[in-house]
Amino acid sequence: MSKILIVAEHDGAKLNPSTHKCVTCAAKIPGASVDVLVLAADSAAVASQAAAIAGVGKVIAVDDAANKEPIAAVLAPQVAKLAADYTHVFGPSTTFGKDLMPRVAALLGVGQVSDIMAVEGAHSFKRPIYAGNAVLTVEVPADAKVVATVRVASFEAAAMGGGASVVKADPGVAVPTHTRFVSRSGATTGRPDLQTAARVVAGGRALGSADGFKIIYSFADKIGAAVGASRAAVDAGYVPNDLQIGQTGKIIAPELYFAIGISGAIQHMTGIKDARTIVAINKDGEAPIFESADVGIVGDLFAIVPELEKALG
Amino acid sequence: MRRIMVGVKRVVDYNVRIRVKPDNSGVVTEGVKMSINPFDEIALEEALRIKEKGLADEVLAVSIGPADTQQQLRTALAMGADRAILVQTDALVEPLSVAKIFRKLIDKEQPFLVLLGKQAIDDDNGQTAQMLSALWDRPQATSCSKVELADGKVTVNREVDAGIEVLEVDLPAVLSVDLRLNEPRYVKLPDIMKAKKKPLDTMALGDFGVSDAPAFKSVKVEPPPQRQKGIMVKDVAELVDVLKKKGLV
Repeated sequence: MSKILIVAEHDGAKLNPSTHKCVTCAAKIPGASVDVLVLAADSAAVASQAAAIAGVGKVIAVDDAANKEPIAAVLAPQVAKLAADYTHVFGPSTTFGKDLMPRVAALLGVGQVSDIMAVEGAHSFKRPIYAGNAVLTVEVPADAKVVATVRVASFEAAAMGGGASVVKADPGVAVPTHTRFVSRSGATTGRPDLQTAARVVAGGRALGSADGFKIIYSFADKIGAAVGASRAAVDAGYVPNDLQIGQTGKIIAPELYFAIGISGAIQHMTGIKDARTIVAINKDGEAPIFESADVGIVGDLFAIVPELEKALG
Repeated sequence: MRRIMVGVKRVVDYNVRIRVKPDNSGVVTEGVKMSINPFDEIALEEALRIKEKGLADEVLAVSIGPADTQQQLRTALAMGADRAILVQTDALVEPLSVAKIFRKLIDKEQPFLVLLGKQAIDDDNGQTAQMLSALWDRPQATSCSKVELADGKVTVNREVDAGIEVLEVDLPAVLSVDLRLNEPRYVKLPDIMKAKKKPLDTMALGDFGVSDAPAFKSVKVEPPPQRQKGIMVKDVAELVDVLKKKGLV
């Protein structure tokens, strides 16, 4: 019988949707019970959100001022301690989980399965390797604790409507002070979050400048989409790097994806493989993006995008 | 001696188009160009820049892999590393074992800073830095895009989903580096000649008391499911029509 503990990702007030996706992944393991661990300075708000996810057995909440910011070296010993009674410990394969979970695994003396994209059994998983150009089926020994990160683009968010109980816990471990949070700066754009948005509009090098990128923002706002970019556009300085989609940026799985002036390099395609519908707009009819797009249109993006915005407005 | 230790992994070059073996046992690596993992190259470049600023005395490059990994370590020496260690094995060494080996080398070499790539572009695990810092009971900062050393501390910018996070960590520490940290230098011919005289020590995996048998079983490797090529439309009106029919707008 599998007992799975999911480490919740949150910002102190709101549970990140990556957690709901981890619950879906965990529920694919036959007969599994699923608990969620919330480590926070004040866990009340986040714990109640986690308790409302369908399929969650209980929420374990730890309140400690040291947990105000998600510092892996601080969180890992607490997770490792509270994982004692579990067969599996999952976290999301976001920058939060990627930072934390290998540290947890090492403290528990086991390896980690990175980026679960499919569950084959309680100890058997599929995961991408070589930037998604190959898929590995990996088996963890039956007697070992499974520590893993879950590729959030591969799973739907679990439904709400659950009513799990919230239990306070005190791991009683010393946490280090050698790592200190200084600041976080980032996109408070008012736009949907790139990683969880149902619609994404992304621009590439062909936008030509930060100014040229304005038509992307305008179109995205019109259809309520998040904004993304190719690595080329980020490297050229048109947009900040937290908008980057691809192997070295964000992996996304929106319902509708617009690739505008993006040629479709392998490293970019890795990030959008799981998009439901890909629309490509590019002046080069030979661009590789058209090989993977569901709908393609060849032409001048500076003419097409405003026209499209008007037509959909 | 203020020493920086850098991890250098030999991987299939990032320009190579990956082919899965017909028997699903792995990907084709025979006759394929091998290089330093690009993220490790950035880690090495950062170590060299720290040394050039007078904040370190020696850069030590370490790799774990088959005898041919000497090629990548010679490249690291040509870039400017002062010496190199190859822990030789033909086995595929998992991140936890790599971390255990590095942990033992840390006891011997006493670095004040360990720089690693945030992930290797072959197995894409992205675990070694975090595991090593756990075993060492020292700070970690992953996906660094800026590194500043001062007064026994290092301040880093980390690339996180929400944007940029700034952390301050005490030394010694383990950092994993991201793409935008720097642009690695090109190796010049005289440097390649000079690198031949630099020390490259080889050790056996057995010297570390780490098993070369993987804990995880690799069951099979398959090509990813392919997306099908869709349709081309001639104008915006037709595009809108298609999106409407799909119920997307």
